[in-house]
Amino acid sequence: MSDARLSGPPPAPSRRWSWTDPKLRSSVIQIVLALILIWLAWAFYANAQSNLTRLGIASGFGFLDNRAGFAISQTLIPYNENMSYGRAFMVGLLNTLLVAFLGIVLATIIGFLMGVARLSKNVVIKALASAYVEITRNLPPLFQILFWYLAVLSTLPGPRQSWGFGIQPVLGAIGSGLSGIGLGFLGGPLSAFAASLAAPSVFVNNRGLVVPRPIFEDGSMAILYALIVAVVASIAIGLWAKKRREATGKPFPVFWTGLALVILLPLAASAAAGFPVTVEKPELRGFNFVGGLRVIPEFVSLLLALSIYTGGFIAEIVRSGIMAVSKGQTEAAHSLGLRTGPTLRLVVIPQAMRVIVPPLTSQYLNLTKNSSLGVAVGYPDLFAVFAGSTLNQTGQAIEIIAVTMAVYLTISIVTSTIMGWYNKRVALVER
Amino acid sequence: MTDTTASLPPGRSAPVKPFVSASLREPEPAPVSTRGPVRWVRAHLVGSVPQVLLTLFGIWLVYATVPPLIKFFIVDAVWTGTSRDACLAEKLGRPVGACWPFVWAKLDQLIYGFYPAAERWRVNVVYWLGALLLLPLLIQKLPYKRLNAIAFFGVFPVAAFVLLTGGDLDLQRFLLGNLGFGALFPAPAAKSGLSIAFWLDFVASTVLVTAIAYGISRFLSGAEGARSAAKTTLTVFAVLAVVLFVVDVPLGLPQVETRLWGGLLVTLVIAVTGITVSLPFGILLALGRRSSLPLVKAASIIFIEFWRGVPLITVLFFATYMLPLFLPGRFTIDGLLRALVGVALFASAYMAEVVRGGLQAIPKGQYEGAMAVGLRPSLMMRLVVLPQALKLVIPGIVNNFIGLFKDTTLVLIVSIFDLLGAMRAAFTDPNWASPTTLFTGFGFAGIVYFVFCFGMSRYSMALEKRLDRAQRH
Repeated sequence: MSDARLSGPPPAPSRRWSWTDPKLRSSVIQIVLALILIWLAWAFYANAQSNLTRLGIASGFGFLDNRAGFAISQTLIPYNENMSYGRAFMVGLLNTLLVAFLGIVLATIIGFLMGVARLSKNVVIKALASAYVEITRNLPPLFQILFWYLAVLSTLPGPRQSWGFGIQPVLGAIGSGLSGIGLGFLGGPLSAFAASLAAPSVFVNNRGLVVPRPIFEDGSMAILYALIVAVVASIAIGLWAKKRREATGKPFPVFWTGLALVILLPLAASAAAGFPVTVEKPELRGFNFVGGLRVIPEFVSLLLALSIYTGGFIAEIVRSGIMAVSKGQTEAAHSLGLRTGPTLRLVVIPQAMRVIVPPLTSQYLNLTKNSSLGVAVGYPDLFAVFAGSTLNQTGQAIEIIAVTMAVYLTISIVTSTIMGWYNKRVALVER
Repeated sequence: MTDTTASLPPGRSAPVKPFVSASLREPEPAPVSTRGPVRWVRAHLVGSVPQVLLTLFGIWLVYATVPPLIKFFIVDAVWTGTSRDACLAEKLGRPVGACWPFVWAKLDQLIYGFYPAAERWRVNVVYWLGALLLLPLLIQKLPYKRLNAIAFFGVFPVAAFVLLTGGDLDLQRFLLGNLGFGALFPAPAAKSGLSIAFWLDFVASTVLVTAIAYGISRFLSGAEGARSAAKTTLTVFAVLAVVLFVVDVPLGLPQVETRLWGGLLVTLVIAVTGITVSLPFGILLALGRRSSLPLVKAASIIFIEFWRGVPLITVLFFATYMLPLFLPGRFTIDGLLRALVGVALFASAYMAEVVRGGLQAIPKGQYEGAMAVGLRPSLMMRLVVLPQALKLVIPGIVNNFIGLFKDTTLVLIVSIFDLLGAMRAAFTDPNWASPTTLFTGFGFAGIVYFVFCFGMSRYSMALEKRLDRAQRH
């Protein structure tokens, strides 16, 4: 063979078709990949067609208009079992968004508190925060949801023995505690004062959390309009104050003015409309509470577990973000005469945010995706309502799972777009 | 002082008064020591009023949580018994804490699920084999890492598969048979347990594929490339033949269906399979995402971002309810395998991102150096880039494994009973229903999960530190 090569003509024509030619190689690879993908798509389609006819499953999205026929335990928009699957889908989607949004807010608060606590000089606080982070991060989220639901919430007392929360029981407990340790001269009047207060209006029992419900009567919209006006005015004042400070150097108390506007304007509007918002307090009648707003235990356990679990991860992100800002920045700010508060607010946190925001985004996305675990305790989120009940009744697996996935994918993409925009704002501007 | 003014050039105006003190300052007192127990307490516990309040709050929190937990799980706990009567406060006449006999009674179910009692030694062999192969892999100092890795990632899964299921797969047709040439081979007949038709098909397919590979590479890159292509193909088929032979040959082990598996066994099977399968696919996807070919890149990005953008539960539902509809009607996949497919898809996407991070961390000079010495792209990746990148991402892989380990609990929702699922099933046993059963069960399961996850995360952190040090040299 080698002889033939040596004696024969140089392999000039074959060089044109050589595998080492990058252009040829790349087109061959891509054509092969395209063929494989097309073949896969075609095979899936053909198999799905034959399987669906064999199993007698309908296809298409016509089922969305059919009567759902199942009840949902938590609905943010009016819903009953005579409404359509499409309506049930909307109810589930809103429930998912609700728990995800509240979970993100709570987890962020917990995470920032714990992250700062882990950097505290105080060793007790630091050790407690570390224990929190290690325990919550190393237990599966589903384990935590089931723990809160089965072991904590369902072992609470029934409605008749509910735990009441409010200023009254707290003061009463402190009063009797003081009397108990021989400080009766302090505890007695405190207990008496507590007894004179109104009874608690927030209750916890094994059927969930009962809180007062605000009732909006005619004229409530005026308060909303006033709030919008106040927010817009605050933003305008902030912009004007920034411009003036840059021009003249004179500061303006934007925060306090804004706060006063946001509180006082709606109050004034409410007074003008004759206080249209009243509060309906829950009352124990017979074996259960009447009135008020009942938050189902499934929601409470899911929200607690999600925010505690994700809070542990956010704490680590916050800690590493703050640690990433070099000590020289703090020292330089101090030497310029900034006190601790402004140093944190103007120097350390803006730089830490650059490190914090990208991983924070993925934690928000994880929390949103993990909210689908509510199905394990029966929280009626998108997944439980649509991929659970609806799939069971209609059997249209392809459409339902595809739609469910598409919704979660959309939520993910929207969240990461918003956070990406925010990240661009806080990112280091380089020349 | 006058000297300085005199040395100034004549053109300069009035000299600046030198800023030098005329007299010596009094020495300042030595700085207060920051060492010693008293100083430490002052700095770390009682420096200021808020500090004192925080310390008191923390101590109260510890006092309010730790002693009750110890009391519940150890002091007041019941250690022996045969039914719920042992754990009832009324019968014992004292406050009752954790009901440990409940855990002892359910331990077999938590570790093996409903795996037949007579066959549980097989699960134990797999556990020990896995531990014996994994431990030396984790200890950096021990030699033969490559051999060890091949044993753990290549040999162990096959051995575990045969041991756990019982092997003896009823193999019918290989490539040609499945492509519609089934008539070429004799009707399925078994001789000493081996299906003749299958192995004839296998040999024929091997010859055919090798010939095609040889022909194409002969046409594209000459005789030498063709020989190496043929050699590679034959090696792949030889390895495949060994694997198929092992799962095909009857070893006399009774078959155990996967629906009998459960508990820790399922947790570990899913986590280890997920990580083993996702490693090669993740590497391929990561390379694809960094490829310069637009179609390859787009396909990889879509695949990765899709699976990362949806919750694992929907992936499991996809694999359980939707995937069977996409496959030809004659394929029936069992429940555990469906979940494994879902987990593998999901884990591959996450692994791809971890590997991509490693690839991005390799300086451009490494690529350019490899190209400069004339390495083909495939060799450049295999010999220069990947070894460095994979070493960098070992901590990331361990972290992925921790996530996967925690995520296995989700199979509960598609009715596969892992550790958490087995525990939940155990709660429903009326024989053990007592007020403290729930807390005991969650305590036990929590300790198991915590020990695994915390241990792995500490390992990953130690590894990260060591790699960091190695990088700085």
